[in-house]
Amino acid sequence: MTQNRTPLVEMRDISISFGGIHAVDSASVDLFPGEVVALLGHNGAGKSTLIKILSGAYRRNAGEIFINGEQVEINNPRDAKQFGIETIYQTLAVADNVDAAANLYLGRELRTPWGTLDDVAMEAKAREVMGRLNPNFQRFKEPVRALSGGQRQSVAIARAILFDARILIMDEPTAALGPQETAQVGELITQLKREGIGIFLISHDIHDVFDLADRVFVMKNGRVVGHARTEDVTKDEVLGMIIMGKVPPGAVAGPGAAQMA
Amino acid sequence: MTDQTIAVPSSSARHAKGNLWQRFFHATELDTRLLGMVFALVVIWVGFDILSGGLFLSSRNLWNLSVQAASVSVMATGMVLVIVTRNIDLSVGSILGFVGMIMAVTQTKYLPALLGFDHPLTWILTLSVGIALGGAIGAFQGAIIAFLGVPAFIVTLGGLLVWRGAAWMVTSGATVAPMDTTFRLMGGGADGSIGATASWIVGIVACVFIVLSIIHSRRQRKRFGFPLKPIWAEYFTGIVGCGVLLGAVNVLNSYYMPVNLARRYAEANGIAWPEGGLEIPLGIAIPVLIALGIAVVMNFLTNRTRFGRYVFAIGGNPEAAELAGIKTRWVTVRIFALMGVLCAIAAAISTARLNAATNAQGTLDELYTIAAAVIGGTSLAGGMGTIAGAVLGAIVMQSLNSGMVLLGMDAPLQSIVIGLVLVFAVWLDTVYRARAR
Repeated sequence: MTQNRTPLVEMRDISISFGGIHAVDSASVDLFPGEVVALLGHNGAGKSTLIKILSGAYRRNAGEIFINGEQVEINNPRDAKQFGIETIYQTLAVADNVDAAANLYLGRELRTPWGTLDDVAMEAKAREVMGRLNPNFQRFKEPVRALSGGQRQSVAIARAILFDARILIMDEPTAALGPQETAQVGELITQLKREGIGIFLISHDIHDVFDLADRVFVMKNGRVVGHARTEDVTKDEVLGMIIMGKVPPGAVAGPGAAQMA
Repeated sequence: MTDQTIAVPSSSARHAKGNLWQRFFHATELDTRLLGMVFALVVIWVGFDILSGGLFLSSRNLWNLSVQAASVSVMATGMVLVIVTRNIDLSVGSILGFVGMIMAVTQTKYLPALLGFDHPLTWILTLSVGIALGGAIGAFQGAIIAFLGVPAFIVTLGGLLVWRGAAWMVTSGATVAPMDTTFRLMGGGADGSIGATASWIVGIVACVFIVLSIIHSRRQRKRFGFPLKPIWAEYFTGIVGCGVLLGAVNVLNSYYMPVNLARRYAEANGIAWPEGGLEIPLGIAIPVLIALGIAVVMNFLTNRTRFGRYVFAIGGNPEAAELAGIKTRWVTVRIFALMGVLCAIAAAISTARLNAATNAQGTLDELYTIAAAVIGGTSLAGGMGTIAGAVLGAIVMQSLNSGMVLLGMDAPLQSIVIGLVLVFAVWLDTVYRARAR
């Protein structure tokens, strides 16, 4: 099935180390269009670091990145955005002191013919996008600081889809949210998936993402333990991969798999 | 988390109701904090006026106050951007001193040798040299902060010592005077003022701008179907804005040239000296015009351009700004370069006003500048601050200064009062912010 197509993203043998510690050690992951891939692992397993290489926040020490089968160089966040890679960070990367529209367009502001900021046009577009995402959202004039966690998250997500992302990276997208808002994000992911966007979901909590994901990659100590289609494995088996690095029969073992005695 | 989400609708609904004042502020979209500062300024002015027996609010004193506040006000507008990005610039006073000295030497030593004395181009060449130098110094310090990662506090503390020393080395500590006659106009005085007619024209043009911008913003809101301000609120903002502006012009126009100068002016222009003396209004002083122009430009820069947007985004969340693809380091360099340019302009105003460049010029100005920005509501934690606030802050500082001089207070007591006011103002601001949450 999907395996014969060209992957939207393929990261091959990626390594990065910080001061002698191998945060990521020759890890390979791939993602197909319209697919949701969950990247699982404990805190410190290297999943966020791996994905930050894709989004341009870190520069890899070794390895190759392919987008639609073509090798690309990603050295900073601007490069990543050029390839349609948008990231929603765990730490809610919004500037607290400016309003929603300013955050949506941060780094890519709309401008008038005179080169000044076209705030009105940005606000109009922001109202349109936010209306689609979260119809209850009304507080366009206030600094983002005044918003709730869910509202801030919808600003961050709106920012990603505003620029026609093809590859969406969501780092712990629901960590700061209540149950209702989590459900909202889930619906949104399904909707984006239908539009053919490939999504990386990163989480340390399997329950957050298992039902949303088509495939899971599990990381441990900077290495990929293995990957599996969610229909081939159970939650408990995946938990076994996360905790002990034990690869169940339904999964494909990676370099980080525990050696069976 | 959940109760936070429930609290949201109630807080947005609050705006619609509330008492008369709340509705008034909501409709006019006035910045209540700025309004508080204006109120504080009024209290200071009226207080000094009563204590000094009506001397403080005389047109003469207000005219002088406007000129004295100009130099710090120019620098404070730049300091806002520096502080908003969580940096600080301690070197502005020394840069002012050094650039002022270089400009003085340029116009008294080098340019006369090239162009001859009192050449009409002298002032603009001198100013260009100063602005280029100030910008270069600022960019250099900014580059060290942004690319080498040395904290701004340390880099500019170093700059404070380096540029003060450099100013001394230019002339081995000697004072340079006098300045070019055209250059001196930037310092104000009887010649460096634009007179009554021109002042009224400036005032009226500014009023037209206020009205046009209100109309423009209303049209824009209509075009995109955003909620409109009530029409009475638009009229209110327009009328109060224009009223304050024209009132200020009127005050500056009712300060007349001192008798001796007026007599000289009359002789120079062939006007017969009448019995009761001549009343020649000075109007807006050129340094004040420069300071206002800078404030308008800086306000435009912070609110209407990408650069300004980035400055505030970096101040709010440096990491988010970087991840959004903003070249945060370059923005930092540009902020400090801009600060340097503003120091050069302030240096021009202050050397022109003194008609000399001295080795001690601008000493402690960094503290007055920072104080003006902070009193004007710029948060040292970053991300918050307005240009209008900084200008008001500069006026508050200068009002305290000149008021205490009028009352004949001792200099040590003056600095004690200013120090206390600074701490008090920041405390008030902290309380306000805590309640605004």
